[in-house]
Amino acid sequence: MILAVAILLICQLLGETLARGLGLPVPGPVLGMALLLLGCLMLPGMAARVMPTAQGLLSHLSLLFVPAGVGVISHLDVLGGSGPALLLVLVISTALALIAGVLTFVAVARLTGNADATEEPRG
Amino acid sequence: MTALPEIWSYLSREPLLWLTATLVAYLIGDQLSQRAGRNPLVNPVLVAMVLLGGLLWVTKTPYQTYFAGAQFVHFMLGPATVALALPLYVNRAQIRRALLPMVAALLAGSVTAIVSALWIARVLGIEGPVWLSLAPKSTTAPVAIGIAEQLGGLPTLTAALVILTGIIGAVIVTPLMRLMHIRDWRARGFAVGVAAHGIGTARAFQVNDTAGAFAGIGMGLNALLTAILAPYVVSLML
Repeated sequence: MILAVAILLICQLLGETLARGLGLPVPGPVLGMALLLLGCLMLPGMAARVMPTAQGLLSHLSLLFVPAGVGVISHLDVLGGSGPALLLVLVISTALALIAGVLTFVAVARLTGNADATEEPRG
Repeated sequence: MTALPEIWSYLSREPLLWLTATLVAYLIGDQLSQRAGRNPLVNPVLVAMVLLGGLLWVTKTPYQTYFAGAQFVHFMLGPATVALALPLYVNRAQIRRALLPMVAALLAGSVTAIVSALWIARVLGIEGPVWLSLAPKSTTAPVAIGIAEQLGGLPTLTAALVILTGIIGAVIVTPLMRLMHIRDWRARGFAVGVAAHGIGTARAFQVNDTAGAFAGIGMGLNALLTAILAPYVVSLML
């Protein structure tokens, strides 16, 4: 487990260094994700070592957003007088982005003979 | 024996109290979410946020004091983002086959997220730095804040808009997809990653592992694309 945590942190550290060093518009952890993927592809056994820790972290990904979320609740005044209008914008725009994304995915998957409807939705 | 107010004044200065409170609030949120059959309206982040926000308000605790304890949880966001490589690795064959649908959905979702937010906000009379802060709202917080600063938006407001977008996306994605009869987990996951970044991805993992893997890629790719697109779209709409 310590080894897995070390691997995750090393990838993040390399990602941050690369992002800052090269002035890339991508956050360090996202580059770190790409590096770890590369590592898993090149070194057999890496994925198996990191897997249990990664699964543990990802199964409670929601928890990690709580501190930032509390920040929003206790600083709701930053929304100012336009709070309700901003919320309306977010709801409509997020729904539209979801619809555009999912319909495009399904349409292109069908066009390229890649449709997948084997699993029944449950959630 | 020490008086209760003294114990409180000690504890309220230490990280232990608010770190514990964060975990307990999340456990309560997660339990409620499970009891509600993972009903999207009972989002564990939302429940924990409201509980802790109320607790801070009642005890008149400043957010800085709370964050001194909660930062240990917040810090884990970085390693967790790196850990998203594992579901990518496990699903690599499926992802390689879905490359074209992913690129197309990324473009459609990302452009829709930016343009629709700016356009609706303008119709509602939102202008200036507040309007600019909306442009990167669908992308992950660190990238969004960087983009907002570059455009002349307000970083704190952007952070709030990003978190709210994530929660809205996580709450509406399941009912919306059911309404549209979309059964492809890859499409559902990818779309929510693009539109609602990490909080949407967390919801996707709750529902289906394939959806979670695709959400993680959607989030990562949209961080990159929004950084490139947002300044361009804003300059077209100014």
